[in-house]
Amino acid sequence: MPDVLDQRRGALGQGPPAAPPLVPRTRPDERPARRTLLDQIERLETEFSSLFVSAWPRKGLAFSVTSRGGPRVLALAELEQLRDDLSREVDDARRTLSDRTWVEEQHRCRIEDMLLEPEKHKWVRVSNEDIGEPGCKHWHVRPRLGVLGLFMNWWRIRISSGCPLAMGWGASP
Amino acid sequence: MSDPDLERGWIDNELGEEFPGLGLWLTRVEGGSGRSPELVRRRLRQLSNRITGGHVIHMRQDPVPWAYRVFWRQIGIDPDTDRTPVEQIALDRLRDGGLPSRNLLDDAITIATFETGVPVLALDADLVGKAVGLRTTGKKELLGGSGRRLSTGQIVVADEDHTLALLSGEVAVERGVTKSTRRMVLGAVQVKGVPLISVEEALWTVADTVTVGG
Repeated sequence: MPDVLDQRRGALGQGPPAAPPLVPRTRPDERPARRTLLDQIERLETEFSSLFVSAWPRKGLAFSVTSRGGPRVLALAELEQLRDDLSREVDDARRTLSDRTWVEEQHRCRIEDMLLEPEKHKWVRVSNEDIGEPGCKHWHVRPRLGVLGLFMNWWRIRISSGCPLAMGWGASP
Repeated sequence: MSDPDLERGWIDNELGEEFPGLGLWLTRVEGGSGRSPELVRRRLRQLSNRITGGHVIHMRQDPVPWAYRVFWRQIGIDPDTDRTPVEQIALDRLRDGGLPSRNLLDDAITIATFETGVPVLALDADLVGKAVGLRTTGKKELLGGSGRRLSTGQIVVADEDHTLALLSGEVAVERGVTKSTRRMVLGAVQVKGVPLISVEEALWTVADTVTVGG
């Protein structure tokens, strides 16, 4: 085996010098590729914006794709990277939003059940935030007439009237 | 007052091919800045009262702000970090609880930008050349000729000799409007999806406001 390798090495060393790599005479036109990428970025940004609007007022959804040090004309590779990042963010946002809305739907169904049979949902509390709505309203299953209701198994649902006022009623003018 | 004449700024070939809808519109106005008259302050207050949280959230889907968001993204700026001017105004209004008056020119630009969605920049006409346009920077260029160093390939508003402002809105201090300014050049960048009428309205609103106080 070493003999064979030595022979090959010798043959390589004695052969003609390797030809220089071929350099294309004309530069490829990047314009169509760039146009396609810019159009894709436009579509993704549109989708990104509509997801952001759909997500409001939910919290904890991050919407950001790193800046590329603009304003400048991005290179083809940078445009591709931006398109990929945006696409990934849109996918993540869509998935997260989909998960959230599924949970919110479950909470909505739970509110209906709480209204129909409060005794089966003792002490359960569902807030507006849980169903993806703005405001401080919440549904809370509590015993009717306090301790008496607790012992008699009389339950009802209390719906709060919303956010507390910025200034209490008793505040001086 | 008659509407001021608009002139079209030149666009570098590379930029024009990359962004077919890109344009720079300019108008020259006699006058400078100063303290805002009560009329302008009142207009600013009325504008401020119209801006609500829901409005700001949905703004990014309105055609003109959306067009600038897309353009921001395409030129490598994250519009959720470095906001487009109209979104920045709306966000400042929510954060500060109002739009405080700063000076006549800034107030006029705020009103015009919010009403139309089109960002406007102002330069001192006596410190700017005749041919103003958009191009990318070469090596070792300074903002305004003597300001901070700009990296190669940045998109700038420039005249024959100097860069004047970055496309994202930063104006060179030595070319901007000061107390001694007597004549101004107002400029607005049009991008794909923004109708010319919005650009015209933005420039006319600023011109009107600074010359006759709104």
